[in-house]
Amino acid sequence: MSNSIIFCDAGLTAENLRVIIGEKCSLVRDITLGQYVPEKSLIHRMDARAKILLLLMILVFIFVCRNFISLVTISLFSLVIILMTRISIVKYLKSLKAVFVIVIFTGILNLFYGSGDVLWQWQFLKITWGGINNAIFTAVRISVMVMVSSVLTYTTSPTDLTDGLERIMKPLKIFRVRVHEIAMMMTIALRFIPVLLEETDKIMNAQKARGADMENGNILRRVKALVPVLIPLLVSSFRRAGDLAMAMECRCYNGGKGRTRMKIMHFSLTDLFAAIISFLIFGAVIYFNMAYPDVV
Amino acid sequence: MEDFIRVENVCFQYDENDKNSSYALDNISLSIKKGEFVAVVGHNGSGKSTLSKHFNAIYVPTFGDVIIGGMNTKDDDRIFDIRKKVGLVLQNPDNQIVAGIVEEDVAFGCENSGFPQKKIRERVDCALKAVGMYEYRTHSPDKLSGGQKQRVAIAGIIAMEPECIVLDEPTAMLDPQGRDEVIGTVMRLNKEMGITIILITHYMEEAVLADRVIVMDSGKILTDGIPRKVFSEVGLLKKHRLDVPQATELIYRLKNCGYELPECVLNEEECVQAIAALIKG
Repeated sequence: MSNSIIFCDAGLTAENLRVIIGEKCSLVRDITLGQYVPEKSLIHRMDARAKILLLLMILVFIFVCRNFISLVTISLFSLVIILMTRISIVKYLKSLKAVFVIVIFTGILNLFYGSGDVLWQWQFLKITWGGINNAIFTAVRISVMVMVSSVLTYTTSPTDLTDGLERIMKPLKIFRVRVHEIAMMMTIALRFIPVLLEETDKIMNAQKARGADMENGNILRRVKALVPVLIPLLVSSFRRAGDLAMAMECRCYNGGKGRTRMKIMHFSLTDLFAAIISFLIFGAVIYFNMAYPDVV
Repeated sequence: MEDFIRVENVCFQYDENDKNSSYALDNISLSIKKGEFVAVVGHNGSGKSTLSKHFNAIYVPTFGDVIIGGMNTKDDDRIFDIRKKVGLVLQNPDNQIVAGIVEEDVAFGCENSGFPQKKIRERVDCALKAVGMYEYRTHSPDKLSGGQKQRVAIAGIIAMEPECIVLDEPTAMLDPQGRDEVIGTVMRLNKEMGITIILITHYMEEAVLADRVIVMDSGKILTDGIPRKVFSEVGLLKKHRLDVPQATELIYRLKNCGYELPECVLNEEECVQAIAALIKG
């Protein structure tokens, strides 16, 4: 009896004790960002700049497609790329999970926009062959777009990605865009995501050990329960930022002025081949677009 | 040997506008020679961290001068030259690693100095080997232990080939194993590469390893000398709420009880020998 009184006094319930004893909350640990999957494939070895530019063009051409033949062409091309990365296709399908609702929603919406023979009608809603075609077309289009975008994040390390972006954006300097600063911020942000996640984990456990309840109650209560986590996190991030700034100054950081790089990016033959093949596919898409009737 | 670092009558105030604020450093003068391994000890708020940030012009003295290899830290044009000569390693390893890959972080300082690509590569490889982290060069820093992260941070400084490294409590956030790794690395750099080391610490066991110990208290230098001399004054250190190594303290207390023991021991081995001699004797 007296024991339980002491525990209650200190705000230690059975559940909080479990946290202290070591049942770690892995809520934040599971989140992965950047999602880079190291493998040794041709796609991995490609120059980040080539990957970014070609991906952008593939995305544009997925939208250019106006009939099933051109869409199938570019979808097959995307599938070949995906297979070439040697990353399990399941991982790509998982990337679809986030946009699943959007795919279904736009698909259903498109179902009712179409002309042709009416198959089913209820007041103003009617489903036609054209509508079914539209729905499938949009669903495939969005799915392929999302999956092919994952190729970039799965096969390029975050540093290569920011480096590539910095170099691609370099011409924007004419318009006084501070390219180096933006790239530096991205690098630091990517570097500190895991650090801050770990810290969030620690603070949550510390607050739970003091009797904070974060799992029960309605959404409003749970959001409120996050305040004692976010405030220490904010304060400590400022402290970290101060430290980091000092460490960077100690290492002669002076903005982008006169800065050289250890890794210099080279376009290789692989990149050239990739570009040639992509352009052939793009050409085919345009040809099929003109040669066959539109779906939409 | 010539003095590499000269600190002359330095006073430092965090808030210069507030006339009543006390001095974090109060009229400090000292000089450090090239190749020396100096430990600075003192309890919290003694000004040891503040002092460490004067060596590479992060802080500039309110009064007095800090001269690094002939350059005054007050001279704005020489700041980057000074920082290339004197590197600073901070307490929290997480907060001083900039890039998401070990070797790119080590390259950061060289990249800022504008060296050609090949030279950076050479220096980075050399620095990573010097701290024994070469195998981890393509890893992400998050996957490393505290001691390993701190060694990466040290490599980042070494890559700039400084003449002196200042370490501000580099082991405070590490476990005993990480502490040994870092101190071992620092000692090797001092002995093999001849780099001047200024180690700020509150672990007396680390201070004992230095050539020279400076004890600070409330912004002033309390004593300054070889470890054997400094730690023989156990009474003085105790008065200023400072610890001594456990072995030193044991012998000190035994001596106070009237046993005949040597003047000062610094580590367990000497302590064991002294006591063994006493028992046999």
